Amino acid sequence: MSDATVNDYGQDAQFDDYFALLKPRVMSLVVFTAAVGLLVAPVGVNPVIGFASILFIALGAGASGALNMWWDADIDAVMKRTVKRPVPDGRVTPRNAMIMGLWLSVLSVGMLALTANFFAAGLLAFTIFFYAVVYTMFLKRSTPQNIVIGGAAGAFPPMVGWAVATGGVSIESVMMFALIFVWTPPHFWALSLFMNDDYTKAGVPMLTVTHGTRVTRNNILGYTVVLALVALGTAFTSIGGPVYLVVALVLNALFLRGAFGLWRREDSAAEADKYADERKFFRLSLVYLFVHFAALLVDAALRGFAFMPQLPVVF
Amino acid sequence: MALGKEHPLHGRRKRSNLMLGAVLGGFVALVFAITIVKMAGGNSMEGYDHTIRYSIDPELKATEAEQ
Repeated sequence: MSDATVNDYGQDAQFDDYFALLKPRVMSLVVFTAAVGLLVAPVGVNPVIGFASILFIALGAGASGALNMWWDADIDAVMKRTVKRPVPDGRVTPRNAMIMGLWLSVLSVGMLALTANFFAAGLLAFTIFFYAVVYTMFLKRSTPQNIVIGGAAGAFPPMVGWAVATGGVSIESVMMFALIFVWTPPHFWALSLFMNDDYTKAGVPMLTVTHGTRVTRNNILGYTVVLALVALGTAFTSIGGPVYLVVALVLNALFLRGAFGLWRREDSAAEADKYADERKFFRLSLVYLFVHFAALLVDAALRGFAFMPQLPVVF
Repeated sequence: MALGKEHPLHGRRKRSNLMLGAVLGGFVALVFAITIVKMAGGNSMEGYDHTIRYSIDPELKATEAEQ
């Protein structure tokens, strides 16, 4: 009797399964960019308040991840990349994922309001709403512009971090937002070039599925040019500095060269080498974003020293 | 009827429970730390408490010093 009772619960969801619902890898990027937004702001924040705020921003991002996994379980079950996620894998029920996502949203926004300020909390609430409702429920399944507009959700964290410190928005936080926002399309379209089969199978209208790879390659190049302008423009705001400028010049030259290479490539060549260049460009995009934000942090740390040359603040 | 044998499931549940306990404990500690910081630096939160205090009325102190 006892054995049968125990075995009934053989599929018990474990702590790790619920943690996986929060998309820990996405969360780590959110933690990093939000922390940079907070640390480069001209207003100092108490370390405890800063730490707690970043934690609650990450929790909010995790909550929207859980809501995304609840809504997208049908898509995730079809795609190779996502089939092992807790909901399609049967380890967590969709209902539990939804409940956890909703409660963590309330908790993270409420705690950020109490810890930092109402503006930052409102911005976090909007971010969760934008990702879970606007992107996941509407854009993703309906338009090839899904990741362009949806990219805003991923771009908000440094803005929220900045708002924790300053209580508002300014050109610097808008530039950090723009950097991630314009970076998102080339990043995801490079991925969709070599994951095209998955998206087709799942019926997600990625640009590669609806308009083909030629249009996608053109768009990657176009967005990369705009991205370079945004990235270099950020150097001439009050958060920019010589380290950031050098980093931006080098990385944008590499990124533009990569995008130009993808633009010139035909699909036959890509298939022949199993999308090697596309994969390389995708990996470079990850480094690109991380190093840009790291450079902002380095410049913020060096700003106090007299030997550091200052760039003119144009924006 | 008590279970005579430990099922591997019990071990997994115990681990999950311990981790959840640690998370909740961490949350309590964090809220406590935030409270201390807010109270220490929260002069603006200080309200009238039926006692005249210089910290909420600096002008009063200045007036008394003049007398």
